[in-house]
Amino acid sequence: MAHVTYLEALRQGLWEEMERDPRVFILGEDVGAYGGAFKVTDGFVKRFGTERVIDTPISEAAIVGAAAGAAHMGMRPVAEMQFIDFISCAYDMLTNYVATARYRAGLGTPIVVRGPCGGYVRGGPFHSQNPEAAFFHTPGLKIVYPATARDAKGLIKASIRDDDPVIYLEHKWLYRRIKEALPEGEEILTPIGEARLAREGKDLSIVTYGATVWKSLEAAEQLAKEDGLAVEVLDLRTLLPMDDAAIMRSVQKTNKALIVHEDTRTGGVAGEIAARINEQAFAWLDGPIMRVTAHDVPLPYAPTLEDFVLPQTDDIVKAARWLAAY
Amino acid sequence: MPPRAAPTQSPPIPAGLTQSQLLEIYRYLRLTRTLEERLTALYRQSKVIGGLFRSLGQEGESVGSAYALNRGRNQDVLSPLIRNLGSMLVMGAEPVQILRQYMAKAEGPTHGREQNVHFNDLEKGYLGQISHLGDMIPVMAGIALTFKLRAEPRVGLVYIGDGATSTGTFHEGLNFAAVQRVPLVVVAEYNRWAYSTPPEKQFAVKDLAEKAKGYGVPAVTVDGNDVLAVYEATRFAVERARRGHGVHFIEVKTYRRKGHAEHDDQHYVPKDELDWWAAENDPVDRYVKQLVRNEWAEERELKAIDAAVAAEIDRATDACVDEPLPAGDSALGGVYLDPPAAPRHWYRSL
Repeated sequence: MAHVTYLEALRQGLWEEMERDPRVFILGEDVGAYGGAFKVTDGFVKRFGTERVIDTPISEAAIVGAAAGAAHMGMRPVAEMQFIDFISCAYDMLTNYVATARYRAGLGTPIVVRGPCGGYVRGGPFHSQNPEAAFFHTPGLKIVYPATARDAKGLIKASIRDDDPVIYLEHKWLYRRIKEALPEGEEILTPIGEARLAREGKDLSIVTYGATVWKSLEAAEQLAKEDGLAVEVLDLRTLLPMDDAAIMRSVQKTNKALIVHEDTRTGGVAGEIAARINEQAFAWLDGPIMRVTAHDVPLPYAPTLEDFVLPQTDDIVKAARWLAAY
Repeated sequence: MPPRAAPTQSPPIPAGLTQSQLLEIYRYLRLTRTLEERLTALYRQSKVIGGLFRSLGQEGESVGSAYALNRGRNQDVLSPLIRNLGSMLVMGAEPVQILRQYMAKAEGPTHGREQNVHFNDLEKGYLGQISHLGDMIPVMAGIALTFKLRAEPRVGLVYIGDGATSTGTFHEGLNFAAVQRVPLVVVAEYNRWAYSTPPEKQFAVKDLAEKAKGYGVPAVTVDGNDVLAVYEATRFAVERARRGHGVHFIEVKTYRRKGHAEHDDQHYVPKDELDWWAAENDPVDRYVKQLVRNEWAEERELKAIDAAVAAEIDRATDACVDEPLPAGDSALGGVYLDPPAAPRHWYRSL
């Protein structure tokens, strides 16, 4: 058992899939000689060569479009967005071309589009985004968002093996912040579409994903100590398709649902989760479904501003306390 | 093209083509035009569900360029646009499938999910486009990249309209393909009209070829209504790409003689301009004159092809015109491989 970071686990997963399957190749900006802006693909070009680790022009639409074309021909491309904020430049290609290909034309497009997302790192408005809501609305795409090192590895491997296009969101605040013991020599695959129970509880359910899994766990720990509350934390891991059954199991047990995400509120994924709980578990609820999210502003740079805008552990504690008392 | 005096003896057939290939090219030209005329009739009978997009006057460049590719199972791949019906037929698309697709039939190639010529058969070598112009350039760059990575002697060909050279994906895709030196041929169709917008409102260059040169891509401009000239230019570009010399750009000057789609009355087009292109520069008429004048074919051979094509289109129409549309709930399947179908909403079971 070696202790590896979230970033190293992701890197291992990519590496193993490159070793396993010659159809897998990587393309993106500065992924080759430089090894990626965050060094996720460090050393890859030396091992796999420039034909399988392709440095591209600054052209996100062309990167995703070319990946799609290669995927039609049987390849398994992994496209890196240097920061996930730039995936919006490929929005048309992903939503109109890639997402519809199987439905309209029977064309498999097994691509993975991955990149560092998220805030808490003073990245400012264009290096901190969480783009999931923009794609969550698009049938034909899958979206995964690992919170642990194990899932960073297990989900990149599962995404590469999936026969449909997957957007893989990796949180840069977690890259080197969390470490986990992962078994060596054992294949780690995290099934797409399955949530993970991160902490068991009976008084209230927090449904979350990404970096706020860790903030929710901190909050749950604090609430256990200070309030004697047993808070359950569900890490969704996959947003599309969503594991409704796991959400309903938890809500039916605790009868209270707090949804937490780092993305802004209006039109965010939390609204959809709330709607599903309302439709599928209304009779079990003992309180309103509540949300803790970023405020509806672009993400600012100054630490004081960013900390105010983003959901913090203390926000989750307060919100959970309020809901538990309802 | 200036008129030439009738030769005293039959000149050699250009571009290494044989007489039977010349007749085959003629057959594809006639098939394209006759099939579109049939679609027009079906459109007027409201049997075509959506819009009808004619390639009248552009059949020459579609057929001439596609004919330059290696065709057959898993050979070269092209990506047609809305006015490249001729290219698809050359690659082996069946008229009955085109008819079904326009009429949204369940048995059609997309089972009623997509319209007009938006469908594909990658084994035969054509990839369906989407309506977002320019997007097929990066996608075809990726297909050609795969040929390069696998060291397969295959080539991609992608069409782009004059208006679509204004899109970002055109520029990103062309640049990407040029940098990667992938085996891709870009055929740019200068047909004078992007819906109602003329070239002078679309770009400030005279020829589209000038744009390609900005990316280090060799580019030529050819008479798009000269079928054999288009064939020859494409053949050169395709073989150059196949030898590993990268992207080549061919601008074909042609003219869109119908509106954007059948509903468009073309009020923005000068009538005498339309009349001139119809009378003086129709690619099929020009090709027929060339064949007959040079004694590469006899009129009776061409008439026999016309009759066979007409009968083929009749048979194809009869085979599918009364077929059913797809069942409504078939709409839920196939968004993903897994899960196989989207859930049906709860109120549909009440």
